[in-house]
Amino acid sequence: MKPDSRPLSPHLQIYSFKLHMAMSISHRITGVALVVGTLVLLYWLGSAAAGPQAYETASSLIGSWFGRLLLLGWSFALFYHLCNGIRHLFWDAGKLFEKEEIYKSGIIVLAAAAVLTVLAWILGLAI
Amino acid sequence: MAEFNLPANSRVTEGKTFKAPAGAKRVKKFKIYRYDPDSGQNPRVDTFEVDLDACGPMVLDALLKIKNEVDSTLTLRRSCREGICGSCSMNIDGTNTLACLKPIDDVKGDVKIYPLPHMPVIKDLVPDLTHVYAQYASIEPWMQADTPFPPSGERLQSPEDRAKLDGLWECILCFCCSTSCPSYWWNGDRYLGPAILLQAARWINDSRDEATGKRLDDLEDPFKLYRCHTIMNCTNTCPKGLNPAKAIADIKKKMIERVV
Repeated sequence: MKPDSRPLSPHLQIYSFKLHMAMSISHRITGVALVVGTLVLLYWLGSAAAGPQAYETASSLIGSWFGRLLLLGWSFALFYHLCNGIRHLFWDAGKLFEKEEIYKSGIIVLAAAAVLTVLAWILGLAI
Repeated sequence: MAEFNLPANSRVTEGKTFKAPAGAKRVKKFKIYRYDPDSGQNPRVDTFEVDLDACGPMVLDALLKIKNEVDSTLTLRRSCREGICGSCSMNIDGTNTLACLKPIDDVKGDVKIYPLPHMPVIKDLVPDLTHVYAQYASIEPWMQADTPFPPSGERLQSPEDRAKLDGLWECILCFCCSTSCPSYWWNGDRYLGPAILLQAARWINDSRDEATGKRLDDLEDPFKLYRCHTIMNCTNTCPKGLNPAKAIADIKKKMIERVV
């Protein structure tokens, strides 16, 4: 029996998916999403520089219901990535490594990201 | 590169079912990964019905009962049956743990048992550990000191220095943590993984060891150490309650402290 013909045991397919795991992969996904979001931001700024007509088109695109839905996603991604990034800084400093702390800090990050997103939208819509 | 799907020869098929004896009142189903290297067939999951009234409390008890009474070809590693040897590490109910320390009653529904994840399988629940052992050897897990032994014949250590090894020396090398780590799944060829890095920390933190600098130099590598992304599966799965993620963070901190 050649060792390299051995089967590989199941991994992702069977491992129980818990909060810490979901938040770790979400950190990566939101990071990638934010890069795409930055391109949209650049497009919006570019349109403002290009003249009133281009800016009008960009504003109506981004201001449409679908544009706003994407903005909602990006704003949450931004706050989630920010808050979880701070959690990572604690880990880099050797803190928050006990199992309860890992769980609790995860819940705090999720709650903080949600609250900041809502606040940002209240502020944004009020202006 | 991360390969999320199992290769064709590793896809798991439905296996046989072994019914509980007639009259059994408390029946629990054990769904166990089987692979027979001599059959040339893909791995399968067999279902064994076990009467819990005639079985010990732990998952290992059920596995041995099945091996003794139902199917003697069921293959697994085990030795001490009390969480000291680290042989019976496997994936039970979606999490890596020791079969001897896992109460059957902790599992709701059917008990699903697989070998340690993302490892080459020799047979049934026995993974090939050659690579992790080679990685263990690569960190030179022994005391290294150039100063001659003191006249007493022993290298002494203060209780404070000895306390720095607590949480590190207890590791039994069951590899539950390494094989729970997605980073180790995708980059296990070059990333050392939590178990080996915890062992590295065990020697780095030993006041009697004089090779600390060399040990840190060896880990200064984009893969060996820095593929740890603090996913935290290791700490959450360790059956001995140790904290590999913290040990790794400690090494990362020492890397920075020595250059600033």
